[in-house]
Amino acid sequence: MKLHEYQAKEVFARYGLPVQTGPVIDRPDAVRGLAIPYPVVVKAQVLVGGRGKAGGVKLAKTPAEAEAHARAILGMDIKGERVGRVLVVPAAEIEAEYYLAFVTDRAARRVAGIASAAGGVEIETVARETPEKIARLDVDPCLGAPSFAARGLGRRLGFTGPLLEEFTRIATILYRLYWEEDADLAEINPLARVGGHLLCVDAKLVLDDNAAYRHPDRPPSEEMTALEREAREHGLAYVELDGDIAVIGNGAGLVMSTLDLLAHVGGRAANFLDVGGGASEEGMRAAIELVQRKPGVRALFINIFGGITRCDDIARGIVKRPPRVPASIRLTGTNEVEAREILSAAGISAGTDPEEGARTAIVMARGAGGASGQGAPGPGGRR
Amino acid sequence: MAVLVGRQTRLLVQGITGYQGAFHTKQSLDAGTAVVAGVTPGRGGSRVHDVPVFDTVDEAVRETGANACVLFVPARFARDAALEAVAARLDPVVIITEGVPVHDAIEVAAYARRQGVRLLGPNGPGVTTAGQCRVGIMPWHLFTPGPVGVVSRSGTLTYEVVAGLTRAGLGQSTAIGLGGDPVVGTSFVEALEWFGADPDTRAVVLIGEIGGGAEEDAARYIARSLAKPVVSYIAGRTAPPGKRMGHAGAVISGTEGTAEHKVAALEAAGAAVAPLVSQVPALVRVRL
Repeated sequence: MKLHEYQAKEVFARYGLPVQTGPVIDRPDAVRGLAIPYPVVVKAQVLVGGRGKAGGVKLAKTPAEAEAHARAILGMDIKGERVGRVLVVPAAEIEAEYYLAFVTDRAARRVAGIASAAGGVEIETVARETPEKIARLDVDPCLGAPSFAARGLGRRLGFTGPLLEEFTRIATILYRLYWEEDADLAEINPLARVGGHLLCVDAKLVLDDNAAYRHPDRPPSEEMTALEREAREHGLAYVELDGDIAVIGNGAGLVMSTLDLLAHVGGRAANFLDVGGGASEEGMRAAIELVQRKPGVRALFINIFGGITRCDDIARGIVKRPPRVPASIRLTGTNEVEAREILSAAGISAGTDPEEGARTAIVMARGAGGASGQGAPGPGGRR
Repeated sequence: MAVLVGRQTRLLVQGITGYQGAFHTKQSLDAGTAVVAGVTPGRGGSRVHDVPVFDTVDEAVRETGANACVLFVPARFARDAALEAVAARLDPVVIITEGVPVHDAIEVAAYARRQGVRLLGPNGPGVTTAGQCRVGIMPWHLFTPGPVGVVSRSGTLTYEVVAGLTRAGLGQSTAIGLGGDPVVGTSFVEALEWFGADPDTRAVVLIGEIGGGAEEDAARYIARSLAKPVVSYIAGRTAPPGKRMGHAGAVISGTEGTAEHKVAALEAAGAAVAPLVSQVPALVRVRL
């Protein structure tokens, strides 16, 4: 889960990190009542990157200018995300920009500290074009990030004297924050030198969803749509896509491959839905109900490979909540024979070949007036 | 003798008294696997499918000579249970549990490395050596012994591939499920090293998915050091960037982790990449 800049800065401040902060507003005229020194920077609060380039960060010398900027930025669409709030902060005279982050390094199965004296730009760009400007600290989880290691990182960025100690303190705190908050990424970019001291001008925090139970005070995620949130409450993994064939499967890999298969034979998936391992009858019912609520769904493709999941449980779920839209069902694996009996007693047929199932779904969607399959080669469907 | 598990495996099941633990203990016993002990704190002295249950791993190992471990414990207890198994140097330690916090996985993986213990998962289907041993949740009846090793980040896709291979008359040596989380105990590269050194494995199927750089690392290893043919499939070619596709690890961020990038890297390393899962067996057959 990603946090907004202002939310991340609240966490940073709680840990004693020096952050550049200010009021958060959701109406342009709210600028008038703010008691902050000018000039200010008006910053769009969005979860996607690249807001500066998109015009979501503006400098204002007067309250009138700030209000005009807030009016322009609020409601702006940045890479598909609507700006609902802006953060207003006092503008800082930045003398130098650095980068500092702790991030989960999947390949090394560890935490990596990443720092650079080339801050303020995308770190991926620095890594690609001038990798010598990146300093890295491999953190042993048993040790964490002790001061000596953080100091070593600071030296490689060229810090000396009191600034070196400031950097060391910030880096050790940032690591503690990363670990205690169960973050996947805790990033300061830029970490700026302002008036001879270091200041977190931006803050980014991505949290591990699996650890949510340890952090009951986390704010609710703003990344998901209403349907996606509801799915999660049922233990389903659901992602909205833009096609017209709803997809239900068991196992993330199998569902992804089902989307690919649909695309391969000329269809377009309306969603990704993984009912999970050991899906129950009830989970299947909820899944069928949910995927059909998305507007524009014209057919349903159910692709199940029973392992820990039993096909007969799936079949009972389907029979209890027969889909309203035409459904193509592919079902194989554990208790497959029983499942087929349950379905056929209810007048529902199911195949065993996924490609055939996908083609059938496309024919069904087309029959219902959908866009899937138009111009695609002839179907090999069963029905 | 295949890899990781086989006839020599004496399996300990942590969380054996739970619904999944008990169910899969039975499945493994029916498959002829030597499930010798179970552990559930507070339930020592009881039996599940006639397998003795202990309160601690230490006692279980002392009494039964268990040498490998599978975990079905709930996510919030997985860290402690896994550390206990690693401390006892059971090998491999296989975590089936879904939803384990990433920092817990980092700690367990670091400790396993220090102890010299091979770790699979979290959030994986386990490991099965055809005809010999079933550890985890893979459907045993799909397997038939043979020369093809399978390694995957996804459970159900593993079943799909194994079933396809069996239908095509191509048997398997061992199928390894790495797990779908961002941090898991074993990488594709390590699994390829094991298959490379295993005389029973003559070809490897590598099932990857979007997110991270593990498939690219595997491609570099294949090009440099693997003398056996590799057939691959990558799930998620049509997934949109920035969305987590079920697995916590399956997210395309920026230019990293796309299917195109992985396919290109694998093909450049000499692996055959199947556009559809169903095309994997045919590609394996011509390379054996």
